[in-house]
Amino acid sequence: MDEVLDEALVKDHKPAWKGGDQPYEASYGKLMMWFFLITDTLTFSAFLASYGFSRFKYPDIWPNPEDVFSHFPFLHGEHPLLFVALMTFILIMSSVTMVLAVNYGHKMQKKKVILWLSLTIVGGAIFLGSQAWEWGHFIHGDKGGINTQTEHVVHIAEGEKLSSVYELMGADGHDGTHHHFTVDQVITSLEANPQYNIRKANRMYLTNEDAIAYLRENASEVLLGANLKNNEYGHPLFADYFFFITGFHGFHVFSGVILLIIILINVVKGTYERRGHYEMVEKVGLYWHFVDLVWVFVFTFFYLV
Amino acid sequence: MASETKGNWWIWKVFWILLFITAFEVALGIIKPSFLVDTIFLGTKLINHVFIILTIIKAAYIINQFMHLGHEKVTLKWTILLPALILVPYLLFILLNEGFYTYLKI
Repeated sequence: MDEVLDEALVKDHKPAWKGGDQPYEASYGKLMMWFFLITDTLTFSAFLASYGFSRFKYPDIWPNPEDVFSHFPFLHGEHPLLFVALMTFILIMSSVTMVLAVNYGHKMQKKKVILWLSLTIVGGAIFLGSQAWEWGHFIHGDKGGINTQTEHVVHIAEGEKLSSVYELMGADGHDGTHHHFTVDQVITSLEANPQYNIRKANRMYLTNEDAIAYLRENASEVLLGANLKNNEYGHPLFADYFFFITGFHGFHVFSGVILLIIILINVVKGTYERRGHYEMVEKVGLYWHFVDLVWVFVFTFFYLV
Repeated sequence: MASETKGNWWIWKVFWILLFITAFEVALGIIKPSFLVDTIFLGTKLINHVFIILTIIKAAYIINQFMHLGHEKVTLKWTILLPALILVPYLLFILLNEGFYTYLKI
């Protein structure tokens, strides 16, 4: 018996699952990182699937993403998708610099690991900044909307084109002051400016008279911007999912940046050089690519679909 | 490690593939070709199926190349992929189906 045990401890039994005595041929740490990533995959899948549930439940009144995310910092006018496309590019780029850092870690080239790891941190920081801008813009709001008793948010239009509450009221939405309008003010303004009308939540345009009648009967308040209870873009759940899913992802990016900073300090101190391998860089790299992977799905299901 | 002898060219290859697919998605999202938007297939627009397929291709490249799963032992590959491949479609099926069902009930 003892001989068999000794042999098992000394010899590499290759055929056993083909990884020998290590069936997976992966270290404990790497394996545990993978298991954590599986659980995180299921968490994010649940978020995105429940987003899909709500979207299938309210298909007629769910906001169009391209009406919501249509602005680019420092640029005027409507540029749907461009800003998130840039954010996606930044995250893919930081994934590439991460792979390069891992690759040079295998080759034990400390200076190059420091260079590419630092660039990855810069990429992550730029992404977080972009997300902060996106959140700020989303919370401040863009065109304004009018809530109804059935929570079908309607928007001001000019003919068959979306306009905004600010344009109707002759106010500047980006002058830094806190605006507040009442439903009565909006109705008075619609009566005075017959070129304006509304687009209902199901994207039907009403004539000026029908719009006034509809608002008199149904409107409850004028919504400017977004919070967890109400948002000017449409159904309240839309903003809740936006804050929750992009927020949870942003928290992952933030944690990733912190982890990267910690291992960068260790690399500079020579901890992994002394240890003889850069496996820690590889493990944090796995996490970082996962964050990129999640964003690929968030990008599709929140902004494209 | 295979990557030690391979150099870095494969990293940039994957980068260009991911960038090209993303650019293509954004272009589709802005242009919105009418035959893709107006055709409904399996409960959603055809363009959404195109987006989802392209997203899965991107995900496959990230997992296989960047996360190196393609170079791990077959047993490890399936240990990691199977829970997601079984549970996620199941979750999606249940929730999307029920979402549509609750829509009909209003």
